[in-house]
Amino acid sequence: MQKEQILEVQNVVKHFDISGGILDQLRFNKGKIYLEKKTVKALNGVSLTINKGETFSVVGESGCGKSTLGRTILGLYPPNKGQIFFKGNRIDNLSPKKMLPFRTKMQMIFQDPYASLNPRKTVRTTLEEPIRFHQPSLSKKEIKEKVEEIMAQVGVDPGWADRYPHEFSGGQRQRISIARALMVDPEFIVADEPISALDVSIQAQILNLLMEAQEKRNLSYLFITHDLSVVEHISSRVAVMYLGRICEMGPTENLFDSPRHPYTQALLSAIPKLGETGLKHIKLKGEVPTPIHLPSGCVFHLRCPHANERCKKEIPELITLDNQTQVACHGVEEKRI
Amino acid sequence: MDKLLEVKDLVVKFALRTGTLTALNGINFSLLPGERMGLVGESGAGKSVAGFSIINLISKPGFIAGGEVIFEGEDISKYNFEQMRSIRGNKISMIFQDPMMTLNPVLTIGTQMTETLLAHKQMSKEEATEIAIECLKKVYIPSPETRLKQYPHEFSGGMRQRIVIAISLLTTPKLIIADEPTTALDVTIQAEIMDLLLELCIKEKMGLILITHDLGVVSQTTQKIAVMYAGRIVEKGKTLDIITNPKHPYTQGLIKALPQTHKKGEKLYQIPGIMPNLNQIPSGCPFHPRCTFKKDICSQIEPSLKSVDKGEVACHLYA
Repeated sequence: MQKEQILEVQNVVKHFDISGGILDQLRFNKGKIYLEKKTVKALNGVSLTINKGETFSVVGESGCGKSTLGRTILGLYPPNKGQIFFKGNRIDNLSPKKMLPFRTKMQMIFQDPYASLNPRKTVRTTLEEPIRFHQPSLSKKEIKEKVEEIMAQVGVDPGWADRYPHEFSGGQRQRISIARALMVDPEFIVADEPISALDVSIQAQILNLLMEAQEKRNLSYLFITHDLSVVEHISSRVAVMYLGRICEMGPTENLFDSPRHPYTQALLSAIPKLGETGLKHIKLKGEVPTPIHLPSGCVFHLRCPHANERCKKEIPELITLDNQTQVACHGVEEKRI
Repeated sequence: MDKLLEVKDLVVKFALRTGTLTALNGINFSLLPGERMGLVGESGAGKSVAGFSIINLISKPGFIAGGEVIFEGEDISKYNFEQMRSIRGNKISMIFQDPMMTLNPVLTIGTQMTETLLAHKQMSKEEATEIAIECLKKVYIPSPETRLKQYPHEFSGGMRQRIVIAISLLTTPKLIIADEPTTALDVTIQAEIMDLLLELCIKEKMGLILITHDLGVVSQTTQKIAVMYAGRIVEKGKTLDIITNPKHPYTQGLIKALPQTHKKGEKLYQIPGIMPNLNQIPSGCPFHPRCTFKKDICSQIEPSLKSVDKGEVACHLYA
């Protein structure tokens, strides 16, 4: 059965100019003066599709571009190149006004529940704001009912609506952020590390809430995280990112059972496992290079134990394997890994 | 074997304007030379306070209100400031969570490393530099001679944490207290740092107290665990015993809440409620409002640690 696509990202490139003012760009070399631009290459041609009702996870280390991807999809950053489609409509080049109807369909949950709620607004004001803006025809009573309904759904007592964020615990605040995202009845939510700032026992509560909301509303999630055990638990498909590129993407079981890309293998082996003694992870040499000066060829070749001459020169494309997993690796293509 | 460290009935309080809070309510544990222990719990459980109080790093308004910290046969909790200085960073080193915050950004790595040695040992600057280079080699920093002249911002996060570890090794301490040493780092770097810490502890026969909320990390690196809740140790025992067969309902909940112990897509087990505030600790067992097995006695009498099987548990279920 062909699943209904909700989101399609094609070859998205996002570079950030960090060269600063004209004086910062001045360079002298062999008696010549010239200007040099510096860019952070956050996303370098990322393509993916997300189906209706699924949880698609993006994992990777800090600085790999996973948050930039989420924000670019929602139109918080305009992409430099590439196209983004929401239910078949291209949304990356829309004017802010034309984008409005899509914004109610796509919402975001942020990492830090302490920073993402306005400390000077009551929970009610925070929750009412999106719905007042997007559905101005609603009466006061309808808005109030909606706030109470959503608060009850996320497990926060509606009687506390007139309190301020500092009166709530971290887990409760994250529930309120989720409520804010649900206020406009979205179909697609980008959750950017929604549980990283929370304690273990609270993480379970929030994950359960997210899964419940998905069941009830047939939501699709783009779940951004670095916690691989969470990914394995909740997502239907996973993409592993490294320096702004997807190196492996596929159904969760296949990817976790038989990771093919050397980076995925190293990443999965680094998950600390319960009841296991000693460390048996694959050691990678070196550190993640900066996205300002990307390595030539395969971005991973400097740390890859299987790299050869071809990896240094040629950028690998995603190839589809028998088990529906896509891998960007010359080694896998040549069948030497 | 003689114990390296023994903490007896340690009580730490914070005198605030609104009243005195008890952050540690009489905790007991001990460590043999070269032994590795994990202090596990959620934020607010008092695990960092427990680690800090060993070398009296509790700053005002906090103070050690009672108990003993016996290190190599001497009660160091009664030491004055000067005596404590000779222990801190010398016989007992500490590794903190965020390597960005622990290194001084305006001093070179070399200055920061030799400073420790010159403060504790009678030696020349040249000798100190040599030891610093030796320690950087131990934590696998390439070309340590040139690296010594660099500033913290020239290193990546993982390398900075390795430097912090190198600094803690300088004086060949007997005990390292590591407070969430990998929480600010990525998984692959985390594995690398824990690997390194484990290797060094075994090679140099150092004791380790690992303070963390990550049960996976603890399970891979330590020999025993103390689980903390609301300023108390609620369960103690061998790492593998606790992970595979937790006794206290809180430990059970912590382990059951991990996605690893569930089938895919299944609802996660959740401990109801949140950790109580230190000024509102419930009567009796502090965990009883969140406990699914609570009995009448739980809200009245606080259970003490009792031996159950191979470990110790503070719970009325096992009375």
